[in-house]
Amino acid sequence: MTDAPLIVTSDLSVGFRTGSGLFGKALLKAVDHVSLDIRKGSFFGLVGESGSGKTTLGRALLKAVPMTGGTARFRDGEVDYDLTTLSGPSLKDYRKRAQLIFQDPYAALSPRMTVRDIIAEPLEVMGLTKTREETDARVRAIAAKCRLNLEHLRRFPHAFSGGQRQRISIARALVSGPKFIVADESVAALDVSIQADVLNLLKELQRDLQITFLFISHDLSVVAHTCDHVAVMYLGRLVESAPTRRVFAAPRHPYTKALFSAIPSLDPDDRGRGQKLTGEIPSPTNQPPGCKFHTRCPYTIARCRTEEPALEHPGDGHEVACHRWRELQETTVA
Amino acid sequence: MTALIEVSNLTIRFRTDEGLVTAVEDVSFTLGKGEVMGLVGESGSGKSVTAKALMSLNARNAVYGEDSRITLHADTGPVEVLKLKTARELKIVRGGAISMIFQEPMASFAPAITIGRQMVEQLQLHGDMSKARAKEISVEMLDRVGISDPARRFDQYAFELSGGMRQRAMIAMALSTRPKLLIADEPTTALDVTIQAQVIDLMKDLVNEFHMGIVFITHDLGVIAQTADKVSVMYLGRLIEEGPVREVIRNPKHPYTRGLIAALPKLDDLDAPLTPVAGDIPSPLERPAGCVFHTRCPKILGEVCRTALPGDTQVNPTHRVACHLYPPGGPA
Ligand SMILES: Nc1ncnc2c1ncn2[C@@H]1O[C@H](COP(=O)(O)OP(=O)(O)OP(=O)(O)O)[C@@H](O)[C@H]1O
Ligand SMILES: Nc1ncnc2c1ncn2[C@@H]1O[C@H](COP(=O)(O)OP(=O)(O)OP(=O)(O)O)[C@@H](O)[C@H]1O
Ligand code: SF4
Ligand code: SF4
Ligand SMILES: [Mg+2]
Ligand SMILES: [Mg+2]
Repeated sequence: MTDAPLIVTSDLSVGFRTGSGLFGKALLKAVDHVSLDIRKGSFFGLVGESGSGKTTLGRALLKAVPMTGGTARFRDGEVDYDLTTLSGPSLKDYRKRAQLIFQDPYAALSPRMTVRDIIAEPLEVMGLTKTREETDARVRAIAAKCRLNLEHLRRFPHAFSGGQRQRISIARALVSGPKFIVADESVAALDVSIQADVLNLLKELQRDLQITFLFISHDLSVVAHTCDHVAVMYLGRLVESAPTRRVFAAPRHPYTKALFSAIPSLDPDDRGRGQKLTGEIPSPTNQPPGCKFHTRCPYTIARCRTEEPALEHPGDGHEVACHRWRELQETTVA
Repeated sequence: MTALIEVSNLTIRFRTDEGLVTAVEDVSFTLGKGEVMGLVGESGSGKSVTAKALMSLNARNAVYGEDSRITLHADTGPVEVLKLKTARELKIVRGGAISMIFQEPMASFAPAITIGRQMVEQLQLHGDMSKARAKEISVEMLDRVGISDPARRFDQYAFELSGGMRQRAMIAMALSTRPKLLIADEPTTALDVTIQAQVIDLMKDLVNEFHMGIVFITHDLGVIAQTADKVSVMYLGRLIEEGPVREVIRNPKHPYTRGLIAALPKLDDLDAPLTPVAGDIPSPLERPAGCVFHTRCPKILGEVCRTALPGDTQVNPTHRVACHLYPPGGPA
């Protein structure tokens, strides 16, 4: 990992127009002024409330949904792309460099294609190889990295288990030689053993091929074990961002704290011990003023209801957006 | 506890281009009223296929074993699920007495109609109910699963919701008919843990309120520990261990169950490497003879494991395991 960022966003926003009827179309701010740096070669974890905009942020960075505000840049060696305006040949080039690993290894693979054809498809669609021999060679090389053998390549996906299918999806995502991969819940459907296997594989690829990952997950133990850095989102906003060990050792934002305390314990006698969040979950089309977490936060004060906290950079690399984080750090045990 | 559903010798094969593929083999279990059973196991071990069989929902290329039986004890008396044929006969299990939350939320919503219309239609299908009343119940359920602004979400399409909201909408739809048996296939994987806790609490309330039985399929052993009364573990189509949740998690017997628990990422030691169960899962086209786990088992005893199928051993009256390490009648 180096200190140079691969992705830099500044006030990145994505809005959707939704609904119809009496009130006209409401604007839904799915991603709201998010500024973050993803360092080259890092395994960047993105967690948060469901519906907080994680998938939308990932899709915006892959240019699969339009950005409606702010900027995003991609810098890799000789290229420096402004993702907000990217088009034509540069966009085509970017598609080679940035890829998505699908969440569902069952749905993502066409049942009528052999594994070889599934992995080869991006090369053919993007016109990256000239001959069948060249395609075959690249498919074989990447399949070997993902521990699939020649015999596997001739088969159809239904002959494979979930973990093997996930490795097929990974091979397909990697075959064009990308530098940036968005992995959206890509181990969620796997049992813990296969999950461990796939995570080890992703980490190996990160090291050997210098790939940068944006890893979206609800599984905090998985994030703790694999990511170098964790960012937490709530209702479209980035509320905390820090190196993994720091966040897990001493979370600063009340939402992050609630999240950690709700991790289901493996001890059946621990039932109902976690801190429960109460209060209204705000509607994304009608967001509360002030801090967006104030309707559920146990530490809300008057100021929280009117003034939105900015993301602070206290200088120790542990960013947080909360008016009270300093006093809470002093008064509560982490 | 009175039995709600009894499954005996369930075997499911699929006709495919490459021949008959065995997905589930000789699985038996009983679920009581108000009981929550966690179903865990390897990806592809047959959990979803088993669950779908309870509603007779498997694809048309499925072939059930001749002595396979699924008996549902409905209010009107016992029903042999696998003998139901016509749509009218099947109505009792599909959405009436049994509701299912599917693993793929997108698949259970029709893309071209709103979430709300779909919920209302389903409610009206099962009971005499006015549209207004059905809408009222639907909005209330959306609210209970933690969907904000439920009246607005009611008029949205599935693709407009985030993964977790879609999953909650599906949970709301499944619970709105107040089923006797709820089959929940990975219902909380797309949810953040705070919402997950809320959904789990809601399910527990409903177990108490309606004495609903739940088959809960998940890879998250933490969720199982927090919700289930008992756990069944599957590997390559076979049920290899079953017992009370405390025992199976604290004192697992089968080498596969032990491997599964050891593979969990532990939050209290971030430096510990992740340790998958070694070896590759055999292809469903090449099922191992003898014990299905023998190609990967660290405790393999030798020839007996490679050739003889281990029978069930009761390590105590409620905990059983299928492994030659525990000979029937021997010390556990
Ligand atoms: N195509 C779309 N049209 C309208 N609204 C959308 C669309 N896609 C996403 N949204 C909305 O944007 C918000 C953020 O959704 P997103 O899928 O990014 O959340 P998420 O953080 O990935 O959640 P989850 O953890 O549940 O997957 C949600 O309120 C969702 O309903
Ligand atoms: N319609 C079908 N035709 C052929 N094979 C099928 C069909 N449906 C399921 N199978 C096979 O049956 C086996 C069991 O699948 P099932 O979906 O029950 O696994 P699972 O335990 O739910 O796995 P996961 O945890 O990954 O969801 C798999 O090998 C699968 O490929
Ligand atoms: S700003 Fe106020 S409401 Fe928001 S998280 Fe901090 S204490 Fe809670
Ligand atoms: S029967 Fe033999 S191979 Fe199978 S789990 Fe037991 S010891 Fe291992
Ligand atoms: Mg998402
Ligand atoms: Mg399944």
